[in-house]
Amino acid sequence: MDRPSAARVYDYYLGGLHNFAADREMAARAVADWPELPRIMQANRAFLRRAVRHLVAQGIDQFLDIGSGIPTAGNVHEVAQAAAPDAHVVYVDIDPVAVAHARALLADDPRTGVVQGDFTDVDAVLGDPTTRSLLDFSRPVGVLVVALLHFVGDERRPADVLARYRAAMAPGSHLVVSHASADGAPDRADEHQSLYRRTATPMTMRSRDEIAALLDGFTLVEPGIVFLPQWRPDDPVPPANPERFTGYAAVGRRD
Amino acid sequence: MTEPGRLAGADPLEALAAEWAEEVEGTSYVPMAADELRAHLRELARVVVAAVHADPPRPNVGAAVGRRLVLAHFTGPATVERTVLLLGERMPALYGPRVRAAAHALTGSLAAGYAAALRGRTLDEQEAIRRAVLAARQHTEQALHASEARFRAMFHEAAIGIGLGDVQGRIIDVNPALCAMFGYTAEEFTRRSVVQQMHPDDAPSVWERYERLLRGDIDNFRVEKRFYRADGTEIVVHLTLSLVRDEQGDPAYQVAMLEDVSERHRLQAHMEYQAYHDPLTTLANRARFTERLERVFAEAGPSSTRRVGVCFLDLDGFKTINDSLGHHVGDVMLQEVARRLAACAGEGELVARTGGDEFVVLVEDSHGVDRLVDLADRVLAALEPPFRLVGQELVTGASIGVVEKAVSETTASELMRAADITLYTAKAEGRGRWAVHDPSRDEAETARFTLSAALPAAVAHDEFFVLYQPLVSLADHRIRGVEALVRWQHPRLGVLSPSLFIGPAEETGVIVPLGRRVLEAACRDARDWHAEFGDASPFVSVNVAPRQLHEPGLVAEIAALLDRTGLPADRLQVELTERALTTDEGAPLKALDSLRAMGIKIAVDDFGTGYSNLSYLRRLPVDVIKLDGSFGEGLREEELSDEVDERIVGTLVALGHALDLTVTAEGVETAEQAARLRALGCDEGQGWLFAPALPAGDIAAMLRRGLPLGQS
Repeated sequence: MDRPSAARVYDYYLGGLHNFAADREMAARAVADWPELPRIMQANRAFLRRAVRHLVAQGIDQFLDIGSGIPTAGNVHEVAQAAAPDAHVVYVDIDPVAVAHARALLADDPRTGVVQGDFTDVDAVLGDPTTRSLLDFSRPVGVLVVALLHFVGDERRPADVLARYRAAMAPGSHLVVSHASADGAPDRADEHQSLYRRTATPMTMRSRDEIAALLDGFTLVEPGIVFLPQWRPDDPVPPANPERFTGYAAVGRRD
Repeated sequence: MTEPGRLAGADPLEALAAEWAEEVEGTSYVPMAADELRAHLRELARVVVAAVHADPPRPNVGAAVGRRLVLAHFTGPATVERTVLLLGERMPALYGPRVRAAAHALTGSLAAGYAAALRGRTLDEQEAIRRAVLAARQHTEQALHASEARFRAMFHEAAIGIGLGDVQGRIIDVNPALCAMFGYTAEEFTRRSVVQQMHPDDAPSVWERYERLLRGDIDNFRVEKRFYRADGTEIVVHLTLSLVRDEQGDPAYQVAMLEDVSERHRLQAHMEYQAYHDPLTTLANRARFTERLERVFAEAGPSSTRRVGVCFLDLDGFKTINDSLGHHVGDVMLQEVARRLAACAGEGELVARTGGDEFVVLVEDSHGVDRLVDLADRVLAALEPPFRLVGQELVTGASIGVVEKAVSETTASELMRAADITLYTAKAEGRGRWAVHDPSRDEAETARFTLSAALPAAVAHDEFFVLYQPLVSLADHRIRGVEALVRWQHPRLGVLSPSLFIGPAEETGVIVPLGRRVLEAACRDARDWHAEFGDASPFVSVNVAPRQLHEPGLVAEIAALLDRTGLPADRLQVELTERALTTDEGAPLKALDSLRAMGIKIAVDDFGTGYSNLSYLRRLPVDVIKLDGSFGEGLREEELSDEVDERIVGTLVALGHALDLTVTAEGVETAEQAARLRALGCDEGQGWLFAPALPAGDIAAMLRRGLPLGQS
């Protein structure tokens, strides 16, 4: 409780109340440096919602949400089940508090499950009994790594990890990615990155090309890798200055 | 704020909802698409508009709208601010001033309902997250507890000893296996310190590494070392010591894992003991003796002043005791002899049994021959008292060869050869004495003298036997003939090679009766082969000494022998040395001519080593030349091929062939050598590559198999 956690800071940005003084203090400092942050986070959450809807429209009814965080407003299962009532969702997070909270919240929904695990420990995530009982990897599945990969440093070889998930995904499966980047606002991103360095979850900003490299082996769904609000917006009117939302969004299909 | 009346003309409810959506958009994160958001707000706007138009107006509906906003996650402070302002201003603007009072009341109610709902939501969510933290903590504690329990179980049940100590070297915790291994209780252990586990045999490096580990320079090390148990007994333990660091990486604990390998050590020691000890007498065996002797030489540098000595002894009359009273008595006697010898030996002296009744005492740092002579005297004195065995008093003595030399002047094998010959000298000079090796005296001469004295009796007792070494065709490696080689089965010295007794035999004339016996044995064996293998049977080549050649009756004797045995003459070859042929006497040549006339072949042995007047070959009745082994030495290894040797051999072969002689190469030891000799034109070869000297029965067996020799 004394140390800010990425999951709870994110919750705070989204207007959630599942957070503590340390999280709010951290969030306040970040916002003081970079006032657009809450909007970026909201844009990220909105992208998640649009992406899940897109996947449901493609016939996908099972989701693995890795780095799900505090199950805050606009959960994957709520979004998915609104369109496909029988959709199955497994949430994975490394933060034990996020996991405990998610378990309490989802205890009554047999179509959802929560796994405490590390994204890079692919065998543990995919081999967990909860994952195995709820998801059928012989059919297409949606794997979500939304606002997660920038917490995975290069030394943990995220591209290799994603390749291992890809190997487990049946053709027709999709990978949903959003990733913080310094491409839009390099100065602020630097400061932001150093702020996270003191938390349990340090941050690695990546460029568009680096993000494209992580998605190697997936076929990008239109419109490819774009700023968060640009990915299949609900509103036909494009948002002004999309680069203010210094984060990229992409959905890749496993062919 | 938007311009008032901007949407005049449109449906005022639609206008209100659109303006509302525009106002709050982005003030809260609401998980809705833009159209959903508008639809949601349109529904709320409808409720609000209905409330202010009701008669009487129902401003309390505002509280419910405020709750619904919170429920839809409109939690941003700006959302409620802009909602209150918008509804308060735009409703009168759109629906006329008569709704102003109701709108006012309703927005106040909305703010209150919003605040109450947000407060409730805040409390709920804070409660939920706190509960989640508690649950997570509890889960972590449970996991920790389970892991602790697993660790305790492992620690407690482990078959290897485990001990935990702090960086001051205090023992904090030990497991039962460690207690059992050392015989201390856990309490006794925790009163002890790591350094109390020192053992005097510990290499200094063990404790140096221990210090480095505690300093954090190394993370672990392994060592095999001795420990004392509580009862004072010793154990040998394989120890792995590891450092446990704290979060800052500083040394915090040391963990020792100990495996008792005493049993393995005992077994290893036992096996080593067996490898290096004579089971009968428990003395060191030949392997240990040789190893120790060689180590003396290996350790000493070229400028070393170290001296080394051996007393090499052989029991007198032991064979008689063994033969007459049985092996058991012999064994008991050897054991008693071993005990007495061991009692004679002092510091730095190794007593070993090197063979049947052969013993040796090695003095590793001798500082002069006197010490060895003293030792030899002590040994002889120790063996003097009769042995009381199986109710009898038996007497034995020993002969001792004493050698003492500077390590830099000799080698281990030279030393042992000297000891051997000196022992023989001591024996020859009479039993029960020692002899000191004296390089100024020709011991070989002494040996020969004593041997030649024994030769006549040996011939009379028929102590000689004949072995045969194959002579093969270099073209196909098949046996063409065999050379008869005589051996002396000396009753005390074992089998002696011809180099030891042919010289004395020639000098004393014993060679004549000895040669006769050899010829006879060879012809009988060759006749047997001929009877079995016919034309495929080998010829037998027999050495004839010059002295035999001068015997007037030789030719007649051989003719009678062939007659008596039935061996065809062409199956016999007579070998003579170059020297025997080049004497200026007429008799031998006549004898050779007669032998050739019978069909017997004549071979010149050791060709090239004698007086090298090659012209005699043309005049002499010779069929075969045997090239001395020394010519082929340079041709053994492919890389070391000696061009000069190769040319000499080539020349000798060409010479032999020019005279229509068969050329046989002696001393063929390697396949390369055989190939090279063949390439140079040699016809036959003889040597270890093909076969050593073998008993007649083995030759017959070899012929039966009919395989080429010297081909791996």
